[in-house]
Amino acid sequence: MNEKVKEPLFHISKRDNIPPIKAWGIRVIAIILALIVCAIVTTILTGDNPLSVYATIIKGAFGSQRKTWVTFQNTAILLIISLALTPAFKMKFWNIGGEGQILAGGLASAACMIVLGDIVPNGLLILIMTASSLLAGAVWGLIPAVFKAKWNTNETLATLMMNYIAIRLVAYYTVIWEVPKGSGKIGVINQSTNAGWLPNIGNKYLLPIIVAAIVTIGMVIYLNYSRHGYEIAVVGESERTARYVGMKVNKVIIRTMLLSGALCGLAGLLLVGGVNHTVTTTITNNQGFTAVMVSWLAKFNPVTMIFTSLLIIFLDRGAGEISTAFGLNHSFSDIITGIILFFIIGCEFFISYKINFRKKAAKEEVSND
Amino acid sequence: MDTKQAAVSLRNITKTFGSVVANSKVNLDIRKGEILALLGENGSGKTTLMNMLSGIYFPDEGQIFINGKETVIKSPRDAYALGIGMVHQHFKLVDVLSAAENIVLGMKGKLNMKETCAKINDICQRYGFEVDPNQKIYNMSVSQKQTVEIVKVLFRGADILILDEPTAVLTPQETQKLFDVLRNMRDDGKAIVIITHKMHEVESLSDRVAVLRHGEYVGDMLTQETTAQEMTNMMVGHSVTLNIERPNPVNPKPRIQVSNLTVKDAEGITKLDDVSFTANSGEILGIAGISGCGQKELLEAIAGLQPAENGAIYYINDDSSKEELLGKDPLKIQEMGVTLSFVPEDRLGMGLVGNMDLTDNMLLRSFRHGHNVFTDRKAPKELAKRVVKNLEVSTPGISTPVRRLSGGNVQKVLVGREIASAPTVLLTAYAVRGLDINSSYTIYDLINQQKKNGVAVIFVGEDLDVLLEISDKILVLCGGKVSGIVDGRTTDKNTVGMLMTKVGGKA
Repeated sequence: MNEKVKEPLFHISKRDNIPPIKAWGIRVIAIILALIVCAIVTTILTGDNPLSVYATIIKGAFGSQRKTWVTFQNTAILLIISLALTPAFKMKFWNIGGEGQILAGGLASAACMIVLGDIVPNGLLILIMTASSLLAGAVWGLIPAVFKAKWNTNETLATLMMNYIAIRLVAYYTVIWEVPKGSGKIGVINQSTNAGWLPNIGNKYLLPIIVAAIVTIGMVIYLNYSRHGYEIAVVGESERTARYVGMKVNKVIIRTMLLSGALCGLAGLLLVGGVNHTVTTTITNNQGFTAVMVSWLAKFNPVTMIFTSLLIIFLDRGAGEISTAFGLNHSFSDIITGIILFFIIGCEFFISYKINFRKKAAKEEVSND
Repeated sequence: MDTKQAAVSLRNITKTFGSVVANSKVNLDIRKGEILALLGENGSGKTTLMNMLSGIYFPDEGQIFINGKETVIKSPRDAYALGIGMVHQHFKLVDVLSAAENIVLGMKGKLNMKETCAKINDICQRYGFEVDPNQKIYNMSVSQKQTVEIVKVLFRGADILILDEPTAVLTPQETQKLFDVLRNMRDDGKAIVIITHKMHEVESLSDRVAVLRHGEYVGDMLTQETTAQEMTNMMVGHSVTLNIERPNPVNPKPRIQVSNLTVKDAEGITKLDDVSFTANSGEILGIAGISGCGQKELLEAIAGLQPAENGAIYYINDDSSKEELLGKDPLKIQEMGVTLSFVPEDRLGMGLVGNMDLTDNMLLRSFRHGHNVFTDRKAPKELAKRVVKNLEVSTPGISTPVRRLSGGNVQKVLVGREIASAPTVLLTAYAVRGLDINSSYTIYDLINQQKKNGVAVIFVGEDLDVLLEISDKILVLCGGKVSGIVDGRTTDKNTVGMLMTKVGGKA
């Protein structure tokens, strides 16, 4: 009878609903904790003052007008890629082939610039570039979609493999088009004529930002108010329900991946025709994968994605700055980015679940009847 | 009355999920040598309460006493150690393993198959089970799998047994067998809790009933001293009538004609074998059979979701012209102008999208209307409001995801949507499975209403008592074959039960 009854120290239960203010409170706490942990790590590993490190991060992203524009431009491109992947993700089609689809689009633009640069007028060239990069990206998305629809192959593997094909294709054409011969790179295309360079609107950073804004608005409408968007949501939630109401699941998969790929191709066009004016195997800078995280962090909400992509770019640019400013190598800034992301992603657990600690009282009144 | 010792005493047990209170200050005694029926409507917290006893959930407040001693159950392992075993509604067995392997799975200590089998046989003999320890699970019928689950629990030394709706998947004969076994176990001094919605089972099996309502303990009484009517009133909180009406069909005409339908599944196993019948307008055709005898395939074939090997399915118009339905998908059938409504067995996996709200679920049937590229949510929103109002769906609002609703309300949303399109054919599969009495009767009324409107209703059911009360005709399936078509008004439970197990009803 006198055996002590021990309630477990804590148990976890699912939250039904959490008011937004509380959820944001948890996120803010997570960021503060992340900054504290980063500060400790910084002090221990480098001996630098964490506050000045943080100041440098902000300076790296927003320190000058140019830096601010570059941050927004990069954000815009990452946002476009994230938006491109989102319809596929909502359909539970795990498209991790953003890299390949971007590269396919970028390679198509570069090919148009090189082959048609001196032949057709600039306006027409840009139109052809746009069409061909959208098409190339779409084809890169279409192939895994068809395999999935026809033979139910695993789309994760198929889209991943398509990345490597695209990278090797770019490498192959780099050898063919390299300037000067033997340099191993294509170099700036049409440097003298600027043929196929996307026009500057206002300044050279603004175009991707405008495109991203349009794509964002378009995606909000497409996903939430269009018939296609509804079909995507139903197929993603339950293919059986989709069939039950007579939706053509295969058609939806193929159509959505065409869109997803084409938008990645658009990002490729902006990278090649607008930002870099050349194509390399690393032009995507892994953004096809980063975008997966951006899209997930935003829970597939296009508007939230503006903030999540800005966060990632901000961390990335700030981290780059501290590695140069403090003479640290880039790995250190990766550690900082990693810690911050860990806390931000980790706090979602505390938003979905509640931890109940053992209550201290109620011990005295153990009575038997 | 209180001579039997309490094996389990729950005191002031409270459990909340977010803002939902599943159990509030529940006090319940489970006694040795007694079968307790735990009653309550859907969402009244029966399963939650039992899950706390079996270590799946942890109570927010309250105490659990096992054999008079306060205990804390943190995990299913703790529950096993205390001799508590639960047989869940959905079996938790590994298909490719044998019965014996499943039974010892996850247990500590050395594995000795010979000893295990001997012990299993011992348990079987003691209580009258029939289990072949070496048979693989995938070769077993549903009732055999359930037996394995029960033996598994006993093997681990359980003397407090909880069964969550164990008869939902059994034939009347199998149910009888199970009840015999449970009675044997009771006589052996074990404490047994059974969760069920079927009143006649409560009456025939249990010694005592305890009633929960809205998460609160209402009271308990001896089964002998109460009636189905009283128990139902206690569950619902007000009095309800327990009659299913069966109006005479008005001007029945052939509507759906199925001839020589043969269906094989993806593995090439024959699911329907040469099935022929006609369903009339204004009539309810009940389909009886052990679960998995082709009911699902039959309805899905008519709805355009299941390709067939052979045969034909005709839709017969009012002017007696016939149109083939087989080989057409739901979209084509709809385009032909046939309004066919289907309430599938898998409500949240097929009929509805759990994560979407009521409006978007109404939209499933109407999103194609018009030629706009944008979806029109106005009409579905109106429909959702109408369904909530007319069918008394209890929901916080029409923008609540349907998965948050209780089983009965989910079904009301689904049926409400399906009958809103004024169908000429209504297919329903296990329309009241898992629903409490009150919701069940609402659904029966809705189906009868459709019948009166001249709809040809095909009603796949599992509760024979209900099938016998509601159907005009009953088609019995056995292993994919039609073993008989009988008149609902003149047949009896025994005849249908026999047809369910043997083609033609002959042994």
